[in-house]
Amino acid sequence: MADASWLSAFPAMDRSDLLAIRKSLDGGYRAFSRTYGDVIESIFDPLLQFLVWFERLLLDTPWWLVLICVVGLVYLVSRSWKLTVGVMVAFMLIGYFGMWENTMRTMSIITVCTLLSIALGIPIGIVMARSDRTQTIVTPILDVMQTMPAFVYLIPVVMLLGIGKVPGVIAVVIYAIAPVIRLTNLGIRLVDKEVLEAAAAYGATPSQRLWGVQLPLAMPTIMAGINQTIMMALAMVVIASMIGVKGLGQPVLKSITNQYFTMGLFNGLAIVALAIMFDRVSQAYARRTQKHMKGGNDA
Amino acid sequence: MPEETSKPLIQVNGLYKVFGNDPASVMADVRSGMSKDDILAKTGHAVGLKDINLDIHKGSIFVIMGLSGSGKSTLIRHFNRLIEPTEGSITVDGTDVMSLNAKGLEQFRRHKMSMVFQHFGLMPHRTVIENVGYGLMVQGVAKNERVQKAKAWLDAVGLAGYEAQYPAQLSGGQQQRVGLARALCTDADILLMDEAFSALDPLIRSEMQDQLIALQEKLRKTIIFITHDLDEALRIGDYIAILKDGELSQVGRPEEILLKPADDYVEAFVRDVNRARVLTADVVMKPPACRLTTENLNEALKQMRGEGKDYGYVFADSDYKGIVTRERIQDAIEDPSPNADLSELAEAMPTVQPDASLEDILPTSLEHPYPLPVVDGDGDFHGVVSRKSMISVLTENGETGESDAA
Repeated sequence: MADASWLSAFPAMDRSDLLAIRKSLDGGYRAFSRTYGDVIESIFDPLLQFLVWFERLLLDTPWWLVLICVVGLVYLVSRSWKLTVGVMVAFMLIGYFGMWENTMRTMSIITVCTLLSIALGIPIGIVMARSDRTQTIVTPILDVMQTMPAFVYLIPVVMLLGIGKVPGVIAVVIYAIAPVIRLTNLGIRLVDKEVLEAAAAYGATPSQRLWGVQLPLAMPTIMAGINQTIMMALAMVVIASMIGVKGLGQPVLKSITNQYFTMGLFNGLAIVALAIMFDRVSQAYARRTQKHMKGGNDA
Repeated sequence: MPEETSKPLIQVNGLYKVFGNDPASVMADVRSGMSKDDILAKTGHAVGLKDINLDIHKGSIFVIMGLSGSGKSTLIRHFNRLIEPTEGSITVDGTDVMSLNAKGLEQFRRHKMSMVFQHFGLMPHRTVIENVGYGLMVQGVAKNERVQKAKAWLDAVGLAGYEAQYPAQLSGGQQQRVGLARALCTDADILLMDEAFSALDPLIRSEMQDQLIALQEKLRKTIIFITHDLDEALRIGDYIAILKDGELSQVGRPEEILLKPADDYVEAFVRDVNRARVLTADVVMKPPACRLTTENLNEALKQMRGEGKDYGYVFADSDYKGIVTRERIQDAIEDPSPNADLSELAEAMPTVQPDASLEDILPTSLEHPYPLPVVDGDGDFHGVVSRKSMISVLTENGETGESDAA
């Protein structure tokens, strides 16, 4: 009974049909990237310029000057001596173990990715908070972006733009932008209705309400989103190194393929150290700036 | 009491609010008098307000009272259009609020009305002085002027020295003072107060009520005050509107609400009110039964007999002089010494102010056998308050006994 074969094997599509689908999709995309690749690449050109410039800046500046700047910035932002000393020690160790240059490269790309994610994510989050319809459309897209294996969306990006820094940044941003969008949306939606009503009752314009009430009050939540975004961007460093992003990810990748355990461990620890620094510093900043919103008499 | 101009400052006409997806579709049902519950069951729309008509006069405190769910907070948000009505109009000082566009509405909210919120609605990320000056900041007033003005109002509500604090560092009562100062700082004529004192504990609440009354004496704003507390309504209100299930049950002066409740609902409400505290002498006073304007003793005696009283109130040239008893007149007639006229015989007795509460009058009235004369600050006589008339308004609903001892 040939007819009953669907009982034992799933009635799958004919192999030749599947092949046709693949061929036409791949062909179509290839044609698209061939036609528009250059145009799209030129759009991202300023981004590339900036990436190169920023990396060169961190690499060409003498290490001690970079260290002073970073440590000074950490103190300004966190106002905590403990944290500042911790960061300094971590950087000294990283440099001593010969990972200074790669760390600078990773820092530059993480910084750019984070700024890009914030610059794109917060406006998207604001739009989402303003309309339920946008929220219902954007939420599933974010779900896909977060759960789709990073390699899968690396493919079209690489096909379109080749390997290098820009596709790396795009991949990292796609992966890391979701939390800042989600938490901006949530933060604005959680703003006390009465406070917002008060602003409206005193004749505040929509933009006065946004900048003067909604964003400041949503800040703690948005900061938590930015923090998550930084962490996720760092987690993508190794994957991004597969498409030619230089930094701490490349030695890790080399270690995997060659089974260099110690090298992998050191570079991995350097990534962890960076993550902890970014996390603690951004949290300390958030705590310090939002202290008066929680009450207590310590202002 | 506020002076009433002929035209009310705020007029609400036929205001309806229906919540739901397509409010217009159920308006026919609402107008046909279908009940709130039936409409909800049939169409899934909730009726918030039904046919509200109000006239609010300049300079008065107009209290809208109702329990939770009665629609009072919805109603107050219509005045500055934080909520759009389904139907009806609100006119403020000749401006049809519903016809304003976005820009016009902003200007209207900035200059005509300010609002005080139940949970204060202060901005936690701004200092107290910035909160007070918020209305001016929105208007684009320069910082110097803003801070100066905000400081003055902060002083007026008794919070000088708290400028640099953040709201979270203040107690509830202090926060609401900041809320009040913020509302006053824009110099708007109309103040909307949405359960402004409900979140405060009782002692602070009555303190705030006193402060509001004291400020109102000076400022003469038009205040629309929402509350669920009848005692509060009676204490501060010049007029009271009682809202039930989105409909007005009764609108009137406090004593009208107390003494002539329009329906069972209002009656149930006012039953537990401490009337002695709310009602004042001028509400229960009567004209004196025996008003002696003659100087002739015999004539006075005759008049007393005619009225069946053994005392009378003496007036000379329509000025109140005092009280005189029959005994005293008789003694004077029998006394051979001449020239005793009535106003010399009149004895002084304690008088009460027209706005004194019965609570304050009762102890005095217990010490004196005769009704107490009501005399105002200028010495003008208004009437008398007898124990009997007080007892009758304090114990019985409505009717002040007609057969008074006065």
